[in-house]
Amino acid sequence: MSYYFAIVGTQDNPLFEYEFGTSKQGGDGQSRFTEQARHLNQFVLHSSLDIVEEVQWTSGQLYLKVIDKFFNNYISCFMTAGNVKLMLLHQPTAVAAGASTRNSTSVGVNPTSPQTEEAIKNFFTEVYENYVKAIMSPFYKVNMEIQSPVFRQRVAAAGRKYL
Amino acid sequence: MANLGPGKAAISKEQAGLRYPSNGKTIYHRPLHRSKTAELSQSSFAYLFSEMVSYAQRRVTGIQDLEKRLNLQGHPVGLKLLDLLLTREPARTQTRPLTIIALLHLIKINLWTHLFGRQADRLEKSSNPDTPDEYMIVDNEPLVNAYISVPREMSQLNCAAFVAGIVEGMCDGAMFPARVTAHTVGGKEEGEMWPGKTVFLVKFQPEVLEREALIGKG
Repeated sequence: MSYYFAIVGTQDNPLFEYEFGTSKQGGDGQSRFTEQARHLNQFVLHSSLDIVEEVQWTSGQLYLKVIDKFFNNYISCFMTAGNVKLMLLHQPTAVAAGASTRNSTSVGVNPTSPQTEEAIKNFFTEVYENYVKAIMSPFYKVNMEIQSPVFRQRVAAAGRKYL
Repeated sequence: MANLGPGKAAISKEQAGLRYPSNGKTIYHRPLHRSKTAELSQSSFAYLFSEMVSYAQRRVTGIQDLEKRLNLQGHPVGLKLLDLLLTREPARTQTRPLTIIALLHLIKINLWTHLFGRQADRLEKSSNPDTPDEYMIVDNEPLVNAYISVPREMSQLNCAAFVAGIVEGMCDGAMFPARVTAHTVGGKEEGEMWPGKTVFLVKFQPEVLEREALIGKG
């Protein structure tokens, strides 16, 4: 499973991007996107913002689960209170998709199973906590890009821990 | 958190230009949930706030301009507090405000308790049918005005415009764009009881009411 994570600001502007692979089931934490898919990922992820805007008023939950699917790409979304979106694109690998009947509950194989939902929720919750710390900085203004290397580390650690 | 060691080494290699505190603690190492003992002394706040007011007072053309500047100082605070207060909510009740009432309750209870250690005194909806978009948050004696005596010639001024800015920031952040202004109403009828009574008038944009009606239907 490969992941592309982005934080999208209130003006639909990207604040932070990070790409990683699964660390479960012996994964090495490296993403397996092709060079073409990398460009497509950004497009796919941002195109699902329309759906986010529809879904966000139907439920006050922060975690909106999988909101969109584009071929083998699944988009999960987490709305912060300040209307900034944490978006995660997850793409099960082709091999894993074939083996989905055997261990369909394990994280990283079946993108819509409750286990995966829970894992992604934990990931988002941890990133959100760090995001709130980032905006607590008096020098941070709304919709500023997050450049802190510490924040990037924290996101990477959350990815390793849960996904 | 467990793998800070290797991470730190990576930082020093990549970002030699960045400076870190000698103990290695950044804002990311501090806990978000420390609400009980984090109170500040009122006198130091009053000192800082008086500096803020006199800073805003430089180069202003009038009282409205001054209130606008105070409002602008509060706005980013509100934007940030919105996220902070929501993360401090217990996980079960952690929901984004979807309606005006939910948002105003968050402001009246959570925001006021966080800032001033008590809830706001009253929440009212405008009884005038022409202005259904106006809501009022009433504070009988705003903490920010505790040590401020407004000169007679500036009697319209209410320095709680700063708090109004915080409220406005919270509304804007939650996608309820609004104009919030602070008005002194003490000294009229029950004025003897609360001479500093202040009303925060929240006027939402028309699209907020439109959406509210749609959500109510659905």
